[in-house]
Amino acid sequence: MERSTLDLWVGVFVVAGIAALVVLAFKVGNLSTYNVSDSYSLQANFSNIGGLKAQASIKSAGVLVGRVTGISLDTKQYEAKVMMSIDSRYQFPKDTIGKILTSGLLGEQYIGLDPGGDTVMLKSGDEIKQTQSAVVLEDMIGKFLYNKAETGK
Amino acid sequence: MALVSSLRGIGSRVVNAVWRIGYATRFFLMTLYYSGLSFRRFRLTVREIFFSGVMSLIIIIVAGMFVGMVLGLQGYETLKRYGSESALGSLVALSLVRELGPVLAALLFASRAGSAMTAEIGLMKATEQISAMEMMAVNPIARVVAPRFWAGVISMPLLAALFSAMGVFGGYVVGVVLIGVDEGSFWSQMQGAVDFRHDVMNGVIKSVVFGVAVTVISLFEGYDAPPTAEGVSGATTRTVVESSLAILMLDFMLTAFMFGE
Repeated sequence: MERSTLDLWVGVFVVAGIAALVVLAFKVGNLSTYNVSDSYSLQANFSNIGGLKAQASIKSAGVLVGRVTGISLDTKQYEAKVMMSIDSRYQFPKDTIGKILTSGLLGEQYIGLDPGGDTVMLKSGDEIKQTQSAVVLEDMIGKFLYNKAETGK
Repeated sequence: MALVSSLRGIGSRVVNAVWRIGYATRFFLMTLYYSGLSFRRFRLTVREIFFSGVMSLIIIIVAGMFVGMVLGLQGYETLKRYGSESALGSLVALSLVRELGPVLAALLFASRAGSAMTAEIGLMKATEQISAMEMMAVNPIARVVAPRFWAGVISMPLLAALFSAMGVFGGYVVGVVLIGVDEGSFWSQMQGAVDFRHDVMNGVIKSVVFGVAVTVISLFEGYDAPPTAEGVSGATTRTVVESSLAILMLDFMLTAFMFGE
């Protein structure tokens, strides 16, 4: 079995294809910035998550620290249960507050973590106790109208 | 009488269609069953990768470039109205990686390589090379069909990745170099929007599925073609039509599975 020019061309083709995949992974995708292997999970209950979706980002002081891995409804308290995966380089105190925020006026929603002052850190599987729900526009308008009606009397 | 004969016509068409689907399924399973040879004598498969994959390189690269450039231009014109030109990178990359890369690469592959496979096998059948192989106790499915099948399945994801990468480059050339969108926000918005597992890997899975569909259709049409000049030409046409429809339908189903949450 001898090498032929045909093998060379097939080699060029395979190398080019794999190079394209690598470019898609690192230059186009987020594989270079987001490490899946080193992470720990946290959970939090929100009374309303608004438009939060799985894969939404989790930020602290504006820095991306993790992603939302899953959302389900807790049927004991009828609250939204959000599972999060946090980069293990970042540890947060036990009394951290989780808020659902919106990037820009109409942008997508993300979770913001405001660290507290506790010396004990959250471990994998722990729950963030203090949370603030998403702002729902209809509720806000409803409250506004209600106040208006009361003061207008 | 006219009613009876037209009913009879419809009935025979349905029976024939089901018959063909069954035959195609058996053909596909036989191809998988006799695939051992195409890996033991990998040379056979490499040769077919050359004919289906390498020969499609030029058309894939050029088409990908131009699709990306059009996306860059059109996307810029639309995004400019909302003052969000910086999102051009994520628009170009997401539409290429999720949909256009796998689908257009597969459509080009079907018309460039699929039709050639059908014509080649159909002609082998018409000139009785397939029967000659059977006479020599060489299984034509193991020797002719399976290496082509695996070559298509291996080539397709590589071609789709190349298409997407060239498209992103084309979008970069038009958006950043020619129009002057900020380079930093072009790439960072793109990286923020494209998730490796969710977007890139699902695109690769799509292209593997399309590769299987296109090669099975092309090989089956060739193998099943009536051994005449007319039969081979009809089979080649059917290959392109059927694989294009299959790609678009499969794409809808896969997208509903992958991205519909």
